[in-house]
Amino acid sequence: MADSTDILTVKGLKAYYRMAYFGIDREVRAVDDITLSIRRNEVYGIAGESSSGKTSLIKVLAAAIRPPLEVVDGALTYRFGDIEIDPYKASSEEVNAIRWKHLSYIMQGSMSVLNPVRRIRHSFSDFAFQPMGVDKKTFWERTRAHLERLNLSPDILRAYPHELSGGMRQRVTIALATVCQPEFIIADEPTTALDVVVQKDVLAMIRDVQRQMGSSVVFVTHDMSVHANIADRIGIVYAGRLVEEGPTRTLFTAPKHPYTAHLVGSLPRIGDTTTKAALEGRPPNLADPPSGCRFHPRCPLAIDKCKTEVPPLETVGQSHRSACWRADEVKPLAPVAGQPAQVTP
Amino acid sequence: MTALLDVTAVSKRFAMGGILSRKQTDAVVDVSFTLASGTPEIFTIIGESGSGKTTLARMILGLEDPSDGQIVFEGSSAEERRNAARRLAFMRRVQPVFQNPFEAFNPLKQVERYLEATARTLLGLKDRTAIEDAMDGALQKVGLSYAEIKGRFPHELSGGQLQRVAIARALIPEPALLIADEPVSMVDASLRMSIVNLLRDLRDTFGVSVIYITHDLATAYYISDRIMIMQKGHVVEMGPARPVLETPQHPYSRLLKQSVLSTENAGQGVLEPADRSIARAAWENAGSGRLVEKPDGRMVRE
Repeated sequence: MADSTDILTVKGLKAYYRMAYFGIDREVRAVDDITLSIRRNEVYGIAGESSSGKTSLIKVLAAAIRPPLEVVDGALTYRFGDIEIDPYKASSEEVNAIRWKHLSYIMQGSMSVLNPVRRIRHSFSDFAFQPMGVDKKTFWERTRAHLERLNLSPDILRAYPHELSGGMRQRVTIALATVCQPEFIIADEPTTALDVVVQKDVLAMIRDVQRQMGSSVVFVTHDMSVHANIADRIGIVYAGRLVEEGPTRTLFTAPKHPYTAHLVGSLPRIGDTTTKAALEGRPPNLADPPSGCRFHPRCPLAIDKCKTEVPPLETVGQSHRSACWRADEVKPLAPVAGQPAQVTP
Repeated sequence: MTALLDVTAVSKRFAMGGILSRKQTDAVVDVSFTLASGTPEIFTIIGESGSGKTTLARMILGLEDPSDGQIVFEGSSAEERRNAARRLAFMRRVQPVFQNPFEAFNPLKQVERYLEATARTLLGLKDRTAIEDAMDGALQKVGLSYAEIKGRFPHELSGGQLQRVAIARALIPEPALLIADEPVSMVDASLRMSIVNLLRDLRDTFGVSVIYITHDLATAYYISDRIMIMQKGHVVEMGPARPVLETPQHPYSRLLKQSVLSTENAGQGVLEPADRSIARAAWENAGSGRLVEKPDGRMVRE
């Protein structure tokens, strides 16, 4: 499992929200037994609906959790060059030393990331000056060069956030997250609030900056059409568990979990007039998840075994894992046009 | 045949700034379209933020007065609806559904209280069982029931369910026209199709016309009968939905179509930003020219 090409390995990670009010203990299992590894130089997409635990998962990965969320079990190891670090075992100085320099974060609400009453350049010096560890002159030179490489004018450093459009602000937060050339970037729904035309430009920018720097990006969104265009591999999260993981093309052409098959098959497309069915039921309550496979109440293929036994995440193809008792019987709802599945090792 | 809704050369200008630096912004410029009564349809308005689509919806709902032009709904214009009784009669026929169901409902109130308030004010019901029947009838249309949502607070329902309750509330007075402003953009992808299919069922089964406002071309293609594409307040292309979206002719419509993320090349890493020359042509000529009718029934600004 531990491979030199993996930048992050996660083993059996469990993180629960634990609350004790009036003597009643409540436990919300937002991240439940997740094992995955993220390679160098790839975009790893995490897909799942709201309240499936995907934001909790990336908060745990970013070592940015606060009570009541706590890591209960499992190991998390980053490998940056010759540094090998588990943020939950290391001291806070060691964790702060990797922040922004090796591990950075593109956040969803660009308006709440940038300080509204200060110019953009203050956000840059606040976030990036200390981690970069160079003198002021070199810092501004590198910042300007970085902005130019991302096709942003260095003049925006003088602007206030409200003077920029939503797409421009989102680009600034991407520049801010990448200015220290980090090896690992977490992107939490960076394009959800953007218009269609701007969305594609911002996605292309994330992809370009990832290619230039050879970093790894964990990209979170519930929109499968975004994943189709940016991710190399996708992990599907349902009710706190990883239910399927594989190369993007494989998940789109030959999914092996009924939830993935639904997500992919129900995407409306221009030129396609067939009726798309919606998934019945509602997302499960993580404080009281269904027994067995958590998807069974909404699953068209559910059998009695699914109600009692939790399916393990098993290899079903080349770098393709699925947690379903009936993985072999899953059929794609609507096959994607074009050539058959290509599995890139 | 009388028109259900007749929008004639409607414009809306907003004034910004103080006395000395007053600026005029054209939110909507010279928009005309007609919805026929008797043939329910889904009429989609597409555009980016700032294209004036929400302002247009607010004018149709009577929340905003047009600066120029006229909006006539079933023979009565906004000026004729000044008194409360006429206003209520209008609200029984036209109902809105808003973008974010979590913001549309007060988190501290049970959702049924909104349904109840609508039944009381718009239908004038006083009797408890009559109110419950009206609520249950509307909820049945959206695939829920009164027993399911009785006593529930907004946080106890999923986004998709809550948006369906919002649509049920709009359906209580049995309106002829539903104005849905981005009803699916805040709803999860897996639940999105249930709302979109519901809008289609409302048209097919209950004969409700829907003005569907969105920036998502794929769902627009999926349910719309007619489509109107707006750019900076101007209509740039209008016509039957499928031909317009399959072969858009105006540069801005082409730009929108190019920006749709396709899943055809999933995982191939193909991610080209939309063609710059098309984009430039689309932005530079914004609002110039006039609408010309084409042989296939669409109108294109040239």
